[in-house]
Amino acid sequence: MTTAPTIPAALGTVAIRSENLCRHYRMGENIIRAVDGVSLEIRSGEFVALLGSSGSGKSSILNLIAGLDRPTSGSVVVQERDLAKLSREELAKYRLHVVGMVFQSFNLIPSMTVTENVELPLRFAEVDRGRRDSLAREAMERVGLKARMGHRPSELSGGEQQRAALARALINRPQLLLADEPTGNLDSHTGKEIMDMVRGFNRELGMTVVMVTHERALAERYAQRMIFLADGKLVADWDNDPSTVSGTEGGLA
Amino acid sequence: MKFPDLTELALRNLRESLLRNSLTTVGISVGVASLVAMLSLGTGLQQMISRRLEKSGLFDTVFVSSRRDLRGGRQEERSGPTPGESRVLDEAARAEMEHLPNVKEVYPDIRFSTELQFEDKPHLTMISALPFSAKSNDSFDGMQGRFFSSDTAPEVILQKSFAEELLGETPPLGQPEPSIVELAKPLLGKDLTMRYAQRGESADQPPTPGPANKENEPAGASYSVVSREQRLKIVGVADLDPESMRGPMRARVFLPLRYAESLHVMQLVDLREISRAASKEPVYSSISVRVKDPSRIENVEDAIKKMGFSTFSILDASRSLQQVFRVLYTFLGIFGSLALIVASIGIVNTLVMAILERRREIGIMKAIGASDGDVKKLFFAEAGAMGIAGGIIGVVLGWAIGQVINFGTNVYLKSQSIPPEHFWAVPLWLVAFAIGFACFVSLVSGLYPAGRAAKLDPVQALRYE
Repeated sequence: MTTAPTIPAALGTVAIRSENLCRHYRMGENIIRAVDGVSLEIRSGEFVALLGSSGSGKSSILNLIAGLDRPTSGSVVVQERDLAKLSREELAKYRLHVVGMVFQSFNLIPSMTVTENVELPLRFAEVDRGRRDSLAREAMERVGLKARMGHRPSELSGGEQQRAALARALINRPQLLLADEPTGNLDSHTGKEIMDMVRGFNRELGMTVVMVTHERALAERYAQRMIFLADGKLVADWDNDPSTVSGTEGGLA
Repeated sequence: MKFPDLTELALRNLRESLLRNSLTTVGISVGVASLVAMLSLGTGLQQMISRRLEKSGLFDTVFVSSRRDLRGGRQEERSGPTPGESRVLDEAARAEMEHLPNVKEVYPDIRFSTELQFEDKPHLTMISALPFSAKSNDSFDGMQGRFFSSDTAPEVILQKSFAEELLGETPPLGQPEPSIVELAKPLLGKDLTMRYAQRGESADQPPTPGPANKENEPAGASYSVVSREQRLKIVGVADLDPESMRGPMRARVFLPLRYAESLHVMQLVDLREISRAASKEPVYSSISVRVKDPSRIENVEDAIKKMGFSTFSILDASRSLQQVFRVLYTFLGIFGSLALIVASIGIVNTLVMAILERRREIGIMKAIGASDGDVKKLFFAEAGAMGIAGGIIGVVLGWAIGQVINFGTNVYLKSQSIPPEHFWAVPLWLVAFAIGFACFVSLVSGLYPAGRAAKLDPVQALRYE
């Protein structure tokens, strides 16, 4: 359930470790190696960007870390849980309590109001209605959506929708925030707002952030580490100091 | 997910595609309505027939006679001990029967032939005593006047043909019979004089000659027979066919039972049981035992047989009737269920469509932490909600259909001058069964879609646009 945010000031405990991680799909006669032998380690509190062109396998890795998909071979261990060994039920619990996710297309449920979308994970976590309301209010306040609580997602701008999605990802106080092209559908200004918020979660709440993007400038501006993928393989792993990047708007070019 | 949340989400989802889900629910309710209509017709018919049979006093009555009654020759089956060892049907036996379990009422059959005087003209007829409980008997449905005011009132109810005889109005052949209303009008409230033979306690010399007049009393038993007269008030005229009746109903004039008992009318059995009849206690030729519950009739019958009497009841007939109804129920149930089965396919269809439409939504829910069970339960709840709604609407609909058919049929019956009949019954068990069955069918229909939704791969579902 909702655990108090652990602020891993001590960088160094391993949050995510993958060893020779593979995810292969069969498409007719061909086998597609979406992820092909990736080994990496991400420490608690890190802000990591997974970079690569489309089809490089970055989203597949994210899905494997998120427990939405299972590896064909190799292992992925998150907070000492070997995801490959978890049952479907345990994986669902893991997604509910350990991971928060945001997507390029926001993925809010259109038939529900913003508040209902935000508190949906709390329903799955069987949190009482009273506590649910206060937690949802708190999360919406944090992303600055308090005025839009009763609206439907379709009545919101893209930026507001992504903020609602962030509030939803935040509500169960996960240790891990996984973002799949979070600014992909937003203009550069709104994108920056969202990214600043994500950085806030990373710094203030101590969440480990793994962001998939194909925009190198965005990664350079926010991530502490950049991992480059091509054809399902890890090709480069650089440390990055976002503070050295100048605050030009060109960051999202 | 908690149950209230589950219900809330399920109802919200149902509202989202209101038209489609309403149509599916209508399908279920039509199915339930047809089931309810069929089964309530069956139940109603059974209730109507058993009500008729119960009122006829045949199915809840055991006719008891002493084996000493050697009349015989009647078609009904009699069983029991041989004449020699059987007991006398006296007051003690009657009291004993009254104390048997499941016995509602025990009354002797008092029937005698005697003379009635109306406006100084004598009429010879058969008189019978009726227990007060016969008031609820539907034989008196079309009666003019009223039933006896009490069980001891000196009142009579006449059978229609006897009323005709009293008035001297026997219609010529081919002419319509005078209506019971016309017959009753000049008779109700008038007095009759009944002359009868009373069996009295032993006297030195009986004042009237009679079959009981004996020269000697070797067994020491004797009694007197006295001619008596009683004035009786006509309170009712009933349209009964004495030939079709059994037991106490086979007569043309009826007296209240307790009153008739108090008269101590000389009966044929007194002759046969002369040795015992000399005592104060009367001896009966036969006794009717009514049971509380027709299904208990066998036990009561056995108990009375053990006491040493012959019994008769129409138990077997009622048994085969139940058999017939069981078959009828099954057939009506199968036909009624057909529509519900078709409706259940509608549920499967609707939910499979919903999965296709809500693929992405299911993917999102799984991505943010919904378990397979949560998704499954959600679809299950949607199926269940449609089932409950369809069930309730269907019961109401089925009931309404029944009322309309009942009404229409009664209008027809009335036009054919047949008294209206309530042959449609929706008992509580049927309501509960129909709603329960609709729920069950819906949940079974939800099984496949819910399983399919739960197994959906979230990565695939989220990729789906």
